[in-house]
Amino acid sequence: MNENKHVLSVLVENKSGVLSRVIGLISRRGFNIDSLSVGPTEDPSRSRITIIVDADTEAYEQIVKQLNKLVCVYKLQDLTNDAYIERELVLFKVNAPAERRSEVIEVANLFRASIVDVGASSLTIEATGSQSKLEGLEELLGAYGIKEITRTGKIAISRNSKEA
Amino acid sequence: MAKGEAKRQGKITGAQAVIASLEAEGVEVVFGYPGGQAIQMYDALYDSKQLRHVLARHEQGAVHEADGYARATGRVGVALVTSGPGATNTVTGIATAYMDSVPIVVVTGQVPRSVIGTDSFQESDIVGITMPVVKHSFLVKSAADIARTFKEAFHIASTGRPGPVLIDVPSDIAAQTVSFSYPETANIPSYRPTYKGNARQVKAAAKLVSQAAKPVLYVGGGVIASGASDLVCRLAREYRIPVVTTLMAKGAVPASEPLNYGPIGMHGSKYGNRALNRSDVIIAVGARFSDRVTGNPEKFAPHAAVIHIDIDPAEIGKVRAAQVPIVGDASTVLASLLDELDAKGVKPDTQAWIAQLDEWREEFPILEKGADAYPGLIVPEVALAALSGMLDPHGSIVVTEVGQNQMWAAQFIDREEPRTFLTSGGLGTMGYGLPAAIGAAIALPDKQVVLVAGDGSLQMNSQEMATAAVYGANVKVVVLDNRALGMVHQWQRLFYEGRYSATELADNPDFVKLAEAYSWQAERVDAPEQVEAAFTRMLAAEGPYLIDMRIDRDQSVFPMVPTGASLAEAIGAVGV
Repeated sequence: MNENKHVLSVLVENKSGVLSRVIGLISRRGFNIDSLSVGPTEDPSRSRITIIVDADTEAYEQIVKQLNKLVCVYKLQDLTNDAYIERELVLFKVNAPAERRSEVIEVANLFRASIVDVGASSLTIEATGSQSKLEGLEELLGAYGIKEITRTGKIAISRNSKEA
Repeated sequence: MAKGEAKRQGKITGAQAVIASLEAEGVEVVFGYPGGQAIQMYDALYDSKQLRHVLARHEQGAVHEADGYARATGRVGVALVTSGPGATNTVTGIATAYMDSVPIVVVTGQVPRSVIGTDSFQESDIVGITMPVVKHSFLVKSAADIARTFKEAFHIASTGRPGPVLIDVPSDIAAQTVSFSYPETANIPSYRPTYKGNARQVKAAAKLVSQAAKPVLYVGGGVIASGASDLVCRLAREYRIPVVTTLMAKGAVPASEPLNYGPIGMHGSKYGNRALNRSDVIIAVGARFSDRVTGNPEKFAPHAAVIHIDIDPAEIGKVRAAQVPIVGDASTVLASLLDELDAKGVKPDTQAWIAQLDEWREEFPILEKGADAYPGLIVPEVALAALSGMLDPHGSIVVTEVGQNQMWAAQFIDREEPRTFLTSGGLGTMGYGLPAAIGAAIALPDKQVVLVAGDGSLQMNSQEMATAAVYGANVKVVVLDNRALGMVHQWQRLFYEGRYSATELADNPDFVKLAEAYSWQAERVDAPEQVEAAFTRMLAAEGPYLIDMRIDRDQSVFPMVPTGASLAEAIGAVGV
């Protein structure tokens, strides 16, 4: 893994404008976001934002401190050096004319991906997993011609041993 | 529901709730400017016996006035404006307060919720526009939220590292009716500033201080915000530690204190900068190692270990790594550091270091060339030093604009108390000074309030002369009039071969006539022998007074550390 990569799990107020505050802060201070996802949590008044940033130690320390200063941020957890589970969901729309359809389905099955839509000449495959698994799948599907990819961005959660 | 009917039911309107909230916060003065979406709040204000409204002549002026009020008193300054352009006009004022950590609450009217997002008349997304320059902001979504929102806004603005908070109030919410009760406390789980320093770090700091040979207390605006001046002075005097101050900390330590080695940074004294640069331990208190202080940070104080005390964790290690980081309030941390040092009973031996600093102070006086060097001309440094001697040291507030006037004032006007030198340090806002001086004069009508201005800066908010006149704000303005944007002109002279691109103001108005047009008293001074008598008349006069003081266009602010250079590489009027 890239040693400058940091996985941040940010618990925020579930209110309009909060995402914009968080993203605005990160971009304003010149940091790049690799991936970002947001959704409500077990408590409807709070959302969790998972951010993956690429930043050296000093820049990263600033991001964390600045994010902690935001009044809308309850808690910030750096999962990078802890045991955590990371997942992303990807949808691939792949060329699959009738004669190659079964091949594509077989590839999807090998990756425990599922077929979620079938067209006359294409298949849409839903896959989740770690980055390396998804990259492997993407490479194999590439041989058939990928028409479109869309991904959720990564989400992460600490392993049970790290329960706070 | 009609207002009377609502009242019979024990309810008030949202607009009345806004005014009642300000009253509950103990606010006495509101600086503002009305408009369509603020009309209901202004209507409610009309009935208030507690709130005094000061009508600015421009919303930027209103916010700087609230800022000057806040800096002079330590209380939260309040501005009230309308939506759209009224709101966007506050942005520079908010950014100024943000950069200098000044507690203000800005209330903006907003278009009704039903048309937000439709580009309706006088709509602006002021919450979005100001997001990078506020400590926090609120868009009120229900009149029931008004009281809690104001409680939280004032709490956030005035605690921790202070800063501006904006509250956007859509006009349909101002019209709703609501039963009002103001909360006693703000409970914001996600906002808990750290006041008490970590005990282990305080111990480590005490150890470092007691072993230092060349320590320096590097004092910033946080000391004034925290009210820690006395503790800084105690630490300096009892442990014989020299002090240097940032622009924002001028007044935090009395100028008359022999251990105060004065202003540092780009236009700081050579002795102050040298003290910092050659120290072995820097005790930074409420200061942020700004680029205007450090010059080239790579070459800044290369041999110093840093103890960094700041209430904002993000400032620690941002520019300069700290060997002993202490997150906490300056007063609380200094008190525990003093306890620790007192218990230890070991004082650093700084006698040789102080003797060295005194030698440098003799060798490199901040006034490098006196009046003799410029026969027949008013020398701004000499004039301001004279003014400094004429001000009541405990009954005056000095405010500056931005540029040469600001640096000369910082160098040559002595201050004995905190909150008596108001200047836009971080943002460097030309046009800040006049309204800020008016805000201070309205807050503290018994003080002498003197604004040192330039002819460029004054014209950025000169409309506020009307505000001063109408409210009898006792502001005295000294315009160092060089018919130029002096600081940029100086840079062009020094670094751009005298190519004076757009910095000469040949077509200035007649400032005496301008002041008189606003019913001010005013006079022009163009010879050095007239200066002191003019200051005497100005300080004795009732009400606003302006002196248009003609100085030479080629006067420069020295010493000067060029951008990107080390503090050791200052240039001056006299080569060293």
